[in-house]
Amino acid sequence: MGELRLMKGNEVLAEAAVRCGCDGYFGYPITPQSEVMETLMELRPWETTGMVVLQAESEVASINMVYGAAATGKRAMTSSSSPGVSLMQEGISYIAGAELPCLIVNVQRGGPGLGTIQPSQADYFQTTKGGGHGDYRLITLAPASVQEMHDFVELAFDLAFKYRNPAMILTDGALGQMMEKVELADQKPRWTREEILARSGSWATTGKTPDRQRNVVTSLELDSEKMEQNNIRLQAKYQQIEENEVRYEEILCDDAEYLMVAFGTSSRVCQKALEVLREQGVKVGLLRPITLWPFPSKVIGEMARKVKGILVVEMSAGQMVEDVKLAVFDACCCVPVAYTGRMGGILPSPGEVVEAFEQKLLKR
Amino acid sequence: MEIQDIIKPENLVYSKSKLQVDVISHYCPGCSHGVVHKIVSEVIDELGIQEKTIGVSPVGCAVFAYNLIDIDWQEAAHGRAPAVATGIARTNPDKIVFTYQGDGDLASIGAAEILHACNRGENLVVIFINNGIYGMTGGQMAPTTLVGQVTSTTPMGRTVELNGYPLKITELIAQLPGVHYCTRQSVHTAATVRRCKNAIRKAFQNVMDKKGTSFVEVTSTCNSGWKMTPVQANDWMVEHMFTEYPQGELKDNDKKG
Repeated sequence: MGELRLMKGNEVLAEAAVRCGCDGYFGYPITPQSEVMETLMELRPWETTGMVVLQAESEVASINMVYGAAATGKRAMTSSSSPGVSLMQEGISYIAGAELPCLIVNVQRGGPGLGTIQPSQADYFQTTKGGGHGDYRLITLAPASVQEMHDFVELAFDLAFKYRNPAMILTDGALGQMMEKVELADQKPRWTREEILARSGSWATTGKTPDRQRNVVTSLELDSEKMEQNNIRLQAKYQQIEENEVRYEEILCDDAEYLMVAFGTSSRVCQKALEVLREQGVKVGLLRPITLWPFPSKVIGEMARKVKGILVVEMSAGQMVEDVKLAVFDACCCVPVAYTGRMGGILPSPGEVVEAFEQKLLKR
Repeated sequence: MEIQDIIKPENLVYSKSKLQVDVISHYCPGCSHGVVHKIVSEVIDELGIQEKTIGVSPVGCAVFAYNLIDIDWQEAAHGRAPAVATGIARTNPDKIVFTYQGDGDLASIGAAEILHACNRGENLVVIFINNGIYGMTGGQMAPTTLVGQVTSTTPMGRTVELNGYPLKITELIAQLPGVHYCTRQSVHTAATVRRCKNAIRKAFQNVMDKKGTSFVEVTSTCNSGWKMTPVQANDWMVEHMFTEYPQGELKDNDKKG
């Protein structure tokens, strides 16, 4: 068993990055995720693993530093919170277009605009539907515990390199700030030059040697016919990810007559609401999407055929609920899909979820 | 003597650098970019650092630099080349990293990135092509456009009231302690080409010696954007640009006592 500690989610992101052999972190301070870079600066990984940690002048710069490092085959990451991630959208689009593997963490806060520093899930659309320009997708992992904040760092890097695609951990200020018990992984070494060449030598800018053509990392192609082919290749990759990488958790779904769908912090609230409703004799289950893209549409469609109603719980005005409705529609099912949630940095209470469930699905 | 007797390897006095790729250049005849590309190719070749060098190309006319010089390249978003280069250099300290940027890219949309990269003293070469205009998008006003200069967005000439003053960003860069070497060159005569090559060679040597940022402005012509012949453009540059952008060294920490 690995080392057990009581830690904040943000601190764990930093620990997990060092321990999985990350090569570089580039960030800019923003509440509620500043502990990520602060923890890294205290850990001083440049003295142990050789990992680089640098405070950039802006999120615009930090995401482009990630671009530069990732394009040399290194494992690079950044983290920020909603307004900062908005600034990164240009860079994320270029990273997706140039097919660079990297990790971006969004510890969401309430918006729009400067909004609030309290937790939110209102960047779901931005993350799963684009955010930046062009047809691209981000592999999106949504942790629901401090342990998953740890585990998903390495998982995100693995998926990013498997598909040469940026990956995002979409979490929020509650998970970033709260403390839970976490089992830390053992320290892994950073990749050697030989390992990088074996894995990414065909495309990464590792220095042109006589045995190969020069490697050029770019998202530019002025010939529309070729650019469409690039898009077709990207879409084929995204389809492969959708087929292979859907992850979700089912809680008490086997005998469920009703279903709740929630991710991250909302799913933790729903677990308590589920207990209350089960005590009342209502057979309700919880489906927690772990990957927000690719979205677990198929399993939601299958569940929709078995249940009498679905309640989607979010810390937003209702964003994921649109994907749940699409999943239900694709399953040719007409079960009612309701939404409840809070905005502006407020978590719905289990009581509020129970009440919404009773009103919207049980029509009490 | 037959010509075949003359064309022999031992008689060769000059040849194209083997790093210059055999493709048709997309640059306009008369443009300074081609000459600067030639210099950069020759310097990388002569220093023997092709396998270690990573170039970062900008958005602008030099966006396709990666088609012309035979090294590994990364294409950056508009203005972000210094941040991209920082990411490369920090995680690959054994590499020789340079950015190649125009005035719109470096002095306008990328002003924050270049100032902070230089202020951190990132171990980079920066090649800055200053022709006072946006060439690729069709000749719009740049931050370095001269007062009175006609562009497609200043059809009556740049005015201070509307657009402020030409930005002397190279002077700003030279003030930063992280910058080891900062110079302003041009490539409109054989003599200035030789001087510019010496400056660019020195800049690459500085990065090989890990001395921090070396910044080389090349005051350049854009005869297409300026609506002039190449010869007129050279004359106009000497007469007008050199007054605003004086040629020569702004800083060399090697010469500090």
